[in-house]
Amino acid sequence: MKILTLWSLFSTYLLASSLNIENHAAQFFSSGHTNNWAVLVCTSRFWFNYRHVANTLSVYRSVKRLGIPDSHIVLMLADDMACNHRNPKPATVFSHKNMELNVYGDDVEVDYRGYEVTVENFLRVLTGRLPPSTPRSKRLLSDDRSNILIYLTGHGGNGFLKFQDSEEISNVELADAFEQMWQKRRYNELLFIIDTCQGASMYERFYSPNLMALASSQVGEDSLSHQPDLAIGVHLMDRYTFYLLEFLEDIHPASKTNMNDLFKVCPKSQCVSTPGHRTDLFLRDPGSVLITDFFGSVRKVEITMETINLTDPIEQVEQSPVNGELQKERNSYVDQLPVSEIIHQKPKQRDWHPPDGFILGLWTLILLVFFKTLAFQETAVGSKPPYRVQ
Amino acid sequence: MATTEVERRRGQLAALSIAAVVILIGVPLWWRTTETYRAWLPVSQIQELANLQLQLSADVEVVFARGTVTPEQQKKVPLTLTQDDEHVVDEDTALRYRYETRYRTATIMEEDALNQPTAAEADLSLHTLSESPCGSLVVYVIPESSSLLPEDVDVYVGQRRTALLRIGAQTRVGRTLEQLLSHLEPRVKQVLQVMSFSHTDITAALSDRVRLSPGNKESIADSMRAFKSSPGYEITFSLLNPDPKSHRLHWDIEGAVQTYIQPLLRKLAPLANFSIDSQTLYYAMLGVNPRFDSSRSAYTLNSDSLAHVINPVEARLGSNAASSNPVLNFLLYVPDAHHSPLHINDHKKQEVPSNAFHSPRWGGIMVYNVNDFYGPEAAFPVDINIDMAKVMGVFLAQLRLLLGVQSSAPPPRFLVAPCSSAGIADWELDRLMWSRSVENIATATTTITSLAQLLDQIGNIVINDNIAQQVSSAVTSLQLAVAELESGNLRFALQYSKEAILASERAFFDPSLLHLLYFPDDQKFAIYIPLFLPMCVPILLSLLKIVSDARQRRREKHAKAD
Repeated sequence: MKILTLWSLFSTYLLASSLNIENHAAQFFSSGHTNNWAVLVCTSRFWFNYRHVANTLSVYRSVKRLGIPDSHIVLMLADDMACNHRNPKPATVFSHKNMELNVYGDDVEVDYRGYEVTVENFLRVLTGRLPPSTPRSKRLLSDDRSNILIYLTGHGGNGFLKFQDSEEISNVELADAFEQMWQKRRYNELLFIIDTCQGASMYERFYSPNLMALASSQVGEDSLSHQPDLAIGVHLMDRYTFYLLEFLEDIHPASKTNMNDLFKVCPKSQCVSTPGHRTDLFLRDPGSVLITDFFGSVRKVEITMETINLTDPIEQVEQSPVNGELQKERNSYVDQLPVSEIIHQKPKQRDWHPPDGFILGLWTLILLVFFKTLAFQETAVGSKPPYRVQ
Repeated sequence: MATTEVERRRGQLAALSIAAVVILIGVPLWWRTTETYRAWLPVSQIQELANLQLQLSADVEVVFARGTVTPEQQKKVPLTLTQDDEHVVDEDTALRYRYETRYRTATIMEEDALNQPTAAEADLSLHTLSESPCGSLVVYVIPESSSLLPEDVDVYVGQRRTALLRIGAQTRVGRTLEQLLSHLEPRVKQVLQVMSFSHTDITAALSDRVRLSPGNKESIADSMRAFKSSPGYEITFSLLNPDPKSHRLHWDIEGAVQTYIQPLLRKLAPLANFSIDSQTLYYAMLGVNPRFDSSRSAYTLNSDSLAHVINPVEARLGSNAASSNPVLNFLLYVPDAHHSPLHINDHKKQEVPSNAFHSPRWGGIMVYNVNDFYGPEAAFPVDINIDMAKVMGVFLAQLRLLLGVQSSAPPPRFLVAPCSSAGIADWELDRLMWSRSVENIATATTTITSLAQLLDQIGNIVINDNIAQQVSSAVTSLQLAVAELESGNLRFALQYSKEAILASERAFFDPSLLHLLYFPDDQKFAIYIPLFLPMCVPILLSLLKIVSDARQRRREKHAKAD
């Protein structure tokens, strides 16, 4: 009897432990991604669009806190608010009124700044068609096992998003860019978040698999900003991103919150606009997708079971040189500012151009006056006109 | 009156000539100046390549040792046998495996070699006799009674390209040659699957092309672990010293890399270029707090917290920012004096003997405890020389896993020879070359076909000459690679497949191929109408007037005639 209970206990324990391991393995590899990337874009410039930069920087801060390193984040800010002349608190960008939270901080790494944020550069980053001289930090080096988070904010309309107040990206172009990314297997799963007016129109045209999209407002609605700060004088955040951030502050790298909770962020009562989402192209069920699958970077880890037994001793690296003395070369720095050359500069020989502008006008006037007086003289003397009407 | 007639005639002539100029010269000129330059692409060849029919050929030589076949059977042994295995993966991809088996009996020298006491020594002396070319195998069939292999092992896989196969006992009594060959065939095929290529490996290599439904967990894990094929890799070795006040660490990384890692990388040179660098980081802590385990009087990290170790460290690792090649990071962490010794526990709360873990497609971390090197009264900082052989043993094993050299566990009753000093066996290299060639070919064909499709769909993209040239060279290399694979020249197939993938990537990612502006039709009309309409309306009206005048005159003529 005792043996039977002992044996049943033992077998249940074995079963439980094996199930545990199985569950663990299942959870570990259920998402199918090994690294995370984030592309965060703020598309508007000018001081009164402070809130868009603050939106993007807040998402950047959350994503870094949850573990994605700077080398895997492409941050594009279209204008520099921290060092703007109108910023009463230079080198800060606040996301909460009463200046509670400075999202600019000490370790912000902006990859594309100012006028580099264009539709062309954004599409080049997504599709990977960058010139060969582009440094690694400005590239999206994702592979087929990368989960990418794309966050766009700015001013938008029905089917387009405005960049820098001078050009726009349409939803068709965005959908085509994602399709090219899919063709080249540049992502495993992609989460697209957009916080603009009529944001839902931007994800209407997606047709590639494994895309999930969230927008702050439906077609025909405007996304509204949250609260102004009277000291800084502009609105600090947009409503959707503000509540999104409140939600993300509760997430830590080991949390198990899933996407269904993210869809509930900012209901109409708080946001005034109706946030929308699109999951029909996504293969997994959103309830099984963890927030940290996109916003954080939880690495898969395996224990190394095998080692190799190395028995050869280390061979010493041979010391140079052959001859007794070391050749020493004298190196010197190039003159950074050739002062003597600048001081004793001779005036440059410039190519001759025909006179233009003022000089041309002046000469024309002089010639006109000259010929007029000549004609006047001739008529005064009484010379014959060239022809006479009969 | 005549003047009005003349003027009317002149007017008609003017209108007609303007219309003629517009239609004959203007329209063609506008067409030529607004068309985009599109160089010619070999579209038909690309269509052919889209339907991928790969044939992989492997040569196997089966050598019968003394005692396996009777002398009469020896004379009747067939010379060669060719077998084809066809698999259809999906509607665009089909695979065929061709096994060319040659049978012969062992020579006197091979018999001597097989008489060695252990399998490892037999393997060694068999190498000295002959060298098999890349991609081929030799299987020595030894009798049941042979003492080379231990009791529970039927197959021994050597370090080069040889395997020793023991005949089973059930085929002893009165067997014929046909029975013997039919008994051997599945076993030889099993050996081939371990040493050359197996269907699972090849289909895993085709994952770019074919999104297969996920199989069991192990196969997913295997496919996610190794880096994808790339023209180059960067390997970085980092020594993390969080406590320089207590430990002054010395590691001979240059010598260790030269002795232990370089042989492996030299052997892998046909696959990719490798660049190695190393660094030392001070005051780099792990992001996780280890727990003190009083039963073992050591600090422990359990397996759940390992996943959070990497991120805080990764932010501080520099990288060689010059190229876009994937980076493999190997970190050696020496715990600080207050948290020594530090052990890693696995899921079952047991200590891991290697004290190391790795992350798929990232790299590996090893914890090296140094508390044994000094007593409690030592004067800090203590000079410590790190035992590089032990460290490199772990890193080499992790490197093999991450590069895809290591495969899954061998089937039962197989004994695989331990790793040589080069770090990789010849048949492992062949295996890797098969899967990388297939992967390269699959990726290159997908790239080229999707590029052709993209350029076809969007009529506004300019196709420069250099892109067309890259595409043509990619197509040529692909065709050559497929042909070489068919004939079994593995090295050439790999080389051509590498060229193909380089050319296709360069063509696909060319910066000039960005289709930036999307012109909806209403915008096109809005641009052209203000230009053409004011010009066309007077011409049209005057042409209409000419026609109506001519018709009126004809009616008058008819009226006059009547």
